[in-house]
Amino acid sequence: MSKKVVTVTILLIAAACVLPFVVSNYRTFQLTLVLVYAIALLGLNILTGYNGQISLGHGAFYAIGAYTAAMLMDQAGMPYWATIPIAGAVCLLAGFLFGLPALRLEGLYLALATFALAVSMPPILKSHLLERWSGGVQGIVIVKPDPPAFLADVGIKLNPDQWLYYFALAIALVLFVIGWNLIYGRIGRALIAIRDHHTAAEAMGINTALYKSLAFGVSAMYTGIAGALGAIAVQFVAPDSFTVFLSITLLVGIVVGGLASLSGAIYGALFIQFVPNIADELSKAAPWAVFGIFLIGFVYLMPTGVAGAMRALLGRLGRGKLSPPKEALP
Amino acid sequence: MEAVLFQVLAGLATGGIYASLALALVMIYQATHLVNFAQGEMAMFATYIAWSLLNAGVPYWAAFLLTVAFAFVFGVLIERIVIRPVENAPVLAVVVVFIGLLVILNSVAGWIFSYTIKSFPSPFPAALGIRYMSPHQVGALAVTLVVLALLYVFFRFTPLGLAMRAAAQNPVSSRLVGIRVGWMLALGWGLAAAVGAVAGMMVAPIVYLDPNMMSGILLYAFAAALLGGIDSPGGAVLGGLVVGVLENLLGAFVIGNELKLVVALVLITGVLLVRPSGFFGSVQVSRV
Repeated sequence: MSKKVVTVTILLIAAACVLPFVVSNYRTFQLTLVLVYAIALLGLNILTGYNGQISLGHGAFYAIGAYTAAMLMDQAGMPYWATIPIAGAVCLLAGFLFGLPALRLEGLYLALATFALAVSMPPILKSHLLERWSGGVQGIVIVKPDPPAFLADVGIKLNPDQWLYYFALAIALVLFVIGWNLIYGRIGRALIAIRDHHTAAEAMGINTALYKSLAFGVSAMYTGIAGALGAIAVQFVAPDSFTVFLSITLLVGIVVGGLASLSGAIYGALFIQFVPNIADELSKAAPWAVFGIFLIGFVYLMPTGVAGAMRALLGRLGRGKLSPPKEALP
Repeated sequence: MEAVLFQVLAGLATGGIYASLALALVMIYQATHLVNFAQGEMAMFATYIAWSLLNAGVPYWAAFLLTVAFAFVFGVLIERIVIRPVENAPVLAVVVVFIGLLVILNSVAGWIFSYTIKSFPSPFPAALGIRYMSPHQVGALAVTLVVLALLYVFFRFTPLGLAMRAAAQNPVSSRLVGIRVGWMLALGWGLAAAVGAVAGMMVAPIVYLDPNMMSGILLYAFAAALLGGIDSPGGAVLGGLVVGVLENLLGAFVIGNELKLVVALVLITGVLLVRPSGFFGSVQVSRV
């Protein structure tokens, strides 16, 4: 990373820390959801953007994470923070297991299988077999966590919304740093090589089966952690919040934000959180019409997404100093 | 035993509808090697057109034909305007465009016609019913079979059908002998949309009309098309009937109605893993 990028990143993090004191509680809540989406989009981007495996079913992993957290809090009385790593681990396993059969499926067929997974998730969650733990159609209500007592002891007064925001921000930062290391290291190069030329990657000695299923697992883990955080922030899980349209929302996020781009996850998250709110004023159906138009429009006109456009813009302004390695659309 | 027979026949009736939609998917797959994720929403939109026509006082069969004609033109237009620019794009781009189309059609239908669930009439007289099947089930099965027969005759015995098959099988040579391959693709999209519209109008009296009515049906159609072999029209029809019967039997006797959709998920992943070419599909061999 160049010095400029480091400075800009630090400034952005500082701004993110100040935000909850400047905006209303409701806005803080919305910004928490932006962080949640950013984590989920980063997960999907690792799989679809960097590894080239199309998933139309990441909403299912988001749901698994959300339900794991909610059930642990509701049934086992676990504290909210302890459910996050468990949700991550459950989704890592679920993703890895789904990734194994996905090894045999390429492109279109993987899209089909994951689409089927997304469509059949709500009926599975509603099923009477799970009703004892999942609350069936009604779902589960969870209580909003209070800021920990030690903060008040040292004189920092936060309301629950602000605390949850900082909690999500901390987790997001950790996950983004891990993601950065993953992508710009040996593993990331292997993932990109598999995406760009499967056979050549294999010939160079990359264990494609292991890396592909691992990408699936890690991607599901990110999305699952996001799901758990999202459930805690919204304080409610129900089968109908995890329809196929959630998966499509995540797809919109990575396409608009920018495929194969870390910063794209943040642009995408801002887009999927705030654009529907604006479009909603037009009609109940408008947000989806806008999403659809943006999806097709971005494929035609801006295939590298907002992140790609920003890169080109900054590259032009800063004589190319800011542009990281070139990343192509898979 | 009687209960089983009842479920099998009911399954055949819905299976016929899955078969039509699966056939629409296969027609587009054969020509372009793409699976149209928006096929269900296109059918749903056409069904809303039929509903509007019926509400305006048009007699059922006239509305039926007008809707099929509308769906055909609509399909051709979508191919020409939306799909053509991404004809040679990577798979991900095309899938994203299909999903975009799905979302747009879904929300526009919700916008224009509202999300409230509407009932849709069945045109078949009560006299059509037999002991084990309702009039609508008999009628829907008959209509499906007629559509399939018409398609068979069209592709097998008309010059245009031959040209379309040629364009799908070998675009380069077809172009050399003077077939307009691009337009053949567009016609294929039109036909697929028209067949889908028939499926939509046949299924609407059963599942009721709302913008999300096709999501489950589309999943069964995917399962049917894959089971029969994604590039085999006959396989798609057989697959549709098998999926319909299987879904009904499992739903009634084994796993309960609420988990019916999971049957489709298991079938889709199962077929893709065990036998990706389905019953009758051709095995794909690629040189690396």
